Amino acid sequence: MSTITAHDTPRGFSFAEYMTCLTGIVWREGLRFLHQRERFVSALVRPLVWLFIFAAGFRQVLGISIIPPYETYILYEVFIAPGLMAMIQLFNGMQSSLSMVYDREMGNMRTLLVSPLPRGFLLFCKLLAGTAVSLLQVYAFLLIAWFWDITPPPVGYLTVLPALILSGLMLGSLGMLISSGIKQLENFAGVMNFVIFPMFFASSALYPLWRVQEGSPYLYYVCEANPFTHAVELIRFALYGQINWVSLAVVATCTIVFMIGAIIAYDPSRGLTRRGPAGGEG
Amino acid sequence: MTSPAPIAETRDSAPKPDPAAVPALSIDGVSHAYGPRRALSDVSFNVAPASFTALLGLNGAGKSTLFSLITRLFGIQSGHVGIFGHDVSSMPGEALRLLGVVFQPRTLDLDLSLTQNLLYHAALHGIGRRDAAARAAELLDRIRLAERAGSKVRDLSGGQMRRLEIARALLHRPRLLLLDEPTVGLDVKARADIISHVRQLVTEQGIGVLWATHLFDEIAPGDDLVVLHQGKVLAKGPVGRVITDAGAQDVNTAFMRLTGAQVMPGGGA
Repeated sequence: MSTITAHDTPRGFSFAEYMTCLTGIVWREGLRFLHQRERFVSALVRPLVWLFIFAAGFRQVLGISIIPPYETYILYEVFIAPGLMAMIQLFNGMQSSLSMVYDREMGNMRTLLVSPLPRGFLLFCKLLAGTAVSLLQVYAFLLIAWFWDITPPPVGYLTVLPALILSGLMLGSLGMLISSGIKQLENFAGVMNFVIFPMFFASSALYPLWRVQEGSPYLYYVCEANPFTHAVELIRFALYGQINWVSLAVVATCTIVFMIGAIIAYDPSRGLTRRGPAGGEG
Repeated sequence: MTSPAPIAETRDSAPKPDPAAVPALSIDGVSHAYGPRRALSDVSFNVAPASFTALLGLNGAGKSTLFSLITRLFGIQSGHVGIFGHDVSSMPGEALRLLGVVFQPRTLDLDLSLTQNLLYHAALHGIGRRDAAARAAELLDRIRLAERAGSKVRDLSGGQMRRLEIARALLHRPRLLLLDEPTVGLDVKARADIISHVRQLVTEQGIGVLWATHLFDEIAPGDDLVVLHQGKVLAKGPVGRVITDAGAQDVNTAFMRLTGAQVMPGGGA
């Protein structure tokens, strides 16, 4: 067998083929999303509960001073809106990544992974498609929030887009890295307790960090080191047409590191072997 | 136990492809373990172009593991898998381009239409939209589902879904087709349809087929046969020779003698 000669000379893949593959994967994810209304509704209800109930209750408790990027005193609702946008992406990223690693989407992952294009590229496309879905959710949230007096400048809706793409990719690849690397986190409850809640609460999503610093300097450092804080700040500034360079650098670096790690750690046999070898048969 | 015989690389009945043909599929000394449990031990066999090779084994024999290795879903722990001479580990792109696969579990998007499923698959192979749409229409026509093109896959019968999966596997014009127990759960008519369709692909288009099954009646006298049991190849070669070597009269008895397994009345292992 070792003496066999190749039947065809390798020809690799053209840029057009890569792009066709990328758009195909994003297109399919979008189509599926449109068919899953419950997923859409639950993705929206979560941040809206925080906005309508939690923020209303907390409005009187927390005073917000004027901090960049805001130029005036703002309502608490306005302050937490970027945090809630990032929360949508955090949930979406964790959910879709978990289903890529474990068996829920295994049929789909098989179809994807027998594509001849490089596996790393396929996983990148998949993460990008998940991010595209989170963008639809975030913009739907922004639309509803607008009626709740969360009215960033019109240009902000545009300038926040690249920030959301970057943060979506970071959170999606973090989810994939975590679910590939940590065996115990195989269900969503585990991810909620050990990843989503700590990341969300130890960040600047719900309270400005200077208030955290007043309460606990150590927690402040934790928050500062939390990539989710920087995703929130990147979104917050971008929503007002500004760039938070530190956050941009942190989020971009984390995205690259998490994505490379996730692609290396991804192992489809994990999802398949859970139900006995290779999905039902031996 | 018989002495393993190499599968005939040139077959009189099949249309002649390239005379110096490399095997459509070559499995060479492949072993695989899930932790301490060994799923495949030193598996070697070839599938010739334009041939129908049945991979016969009980549930748990290692058939699906082997499929996962051929499709590079799992990393190959030891041994080599080649598709038309392209090593799956070192040149996965070139190898997978020539491969079409129908997995045992359904892998269609139930909420998308037939055409949408096919277009998605085409995109995964880098086939542009216009070309893909033409190929999809042609294939749907061939599997007699053209008028259902816009329906959701969810509304199809089991047999229709399988036909669609086979059409999808052929969309990028592969020269090797793997099917993992494709008739499981289908009625008699749908089974016969699928089998004759795939056999037609072998004779008319010269596609090499590896058909995993545990059903004896899906194996025809002219096929090549690989008997896989507890992760080991017990026999391989043209069906007639495997039967003779086992000192049996038919596939059922040969399989029973080779494996010591009980044959079920329904003709399945």
